[in-house]
Amino acid sequence: MSDLDLSKLEPQRFTLTRADLVRYAGASGDFNPIHWSDRVAGAVGLPGVIAHGMLTLGLVGSAVAAWTGDAEVLELGAKFTAPVVVPDDETGVVVEVAATKVTSDNGAVTIAMEVRCGADKVLSMPKAVVRA
Amino acid sequence: MDPSIVDRTFPPVGPYAVSAAKVAEFAAATQWRGAGVPPTFPILLLNDAMLAFLADVGASLERIVHGEQRFSYRRPVTVGDELTAALRVATLRSLGGADVIGTVSTITDAGGEVVCEAKATLVHNGGAA
Repeated sequence: MSDLDLSKLEPQRFTLTRADLVRYAGASGDFNPIHWSDRVAGAVGLPGVIAHGMLTLGLVGSAVAAWTGDAEVLELGAKFTAPVVVPDDETGVVVEVAATKVTSDNGAVTIAMEVRCGADKVLSMPKAVVRA
Repeated sequence: MDPSIVDRTFPPVGPYAVSAAKVAEFAAATQWRGAGVPPTFPILLLNDAMLAFLADVGASLERIVHGEQRFSYRRPVTVGDELTAALRVATLRSLGGADVIGTVSTITDAGGEVVCEAKATLVHNGGAA
């Protein structure tokens, strides 16, 4: 992988609809009903059906692959701080992954990011480290 | 939650055989824009390890909120790997009536070599479990 220039890392946008949540539930085996049932989501105090945190982190991994030309990932992680609420409509919501800082050290490149859904930061300290 | 769970390693789950079909399904579901196996793919095993842990300590999934997830990889997962995950409870603290459980799961391959270490923070709401 060549050196990464922060100014060239275009924010990556991903649309999530209810169908995407169902697809991720099946692919991951996480069938927690807060990710597909308004009734259950409401009962536990959520504003609506929310995306799996690990789906959002999966989108972050996808953004990193797009930026780095599929560099080997050494570390990936985040805190799940705000829910991504996905409405029951055709439009869904857009999750945007933007790189905020790139640092290189000892053969590894660290990418700090900001991950938003609308105005909300949905992850805290999302970070990836890839092999340079 | 019983503090004696700290430092306990729960029985491993697996082996899980990584197939091209499952990787393709997972890649499509995470809108993967790369080649190879998506880095969050090991969550399949980690889910199983977490469910086994919750069943063991009598906690229910509905009360669990996933607070944080971090992966450190020794090498990429590849199709054909046979992976096993062992979950250890590293930390436990109380926060406003909830238990905050820090887990570390070690994912190893068929040869016993470590592929990935995954740290998860699980918040268990609702007192006695």
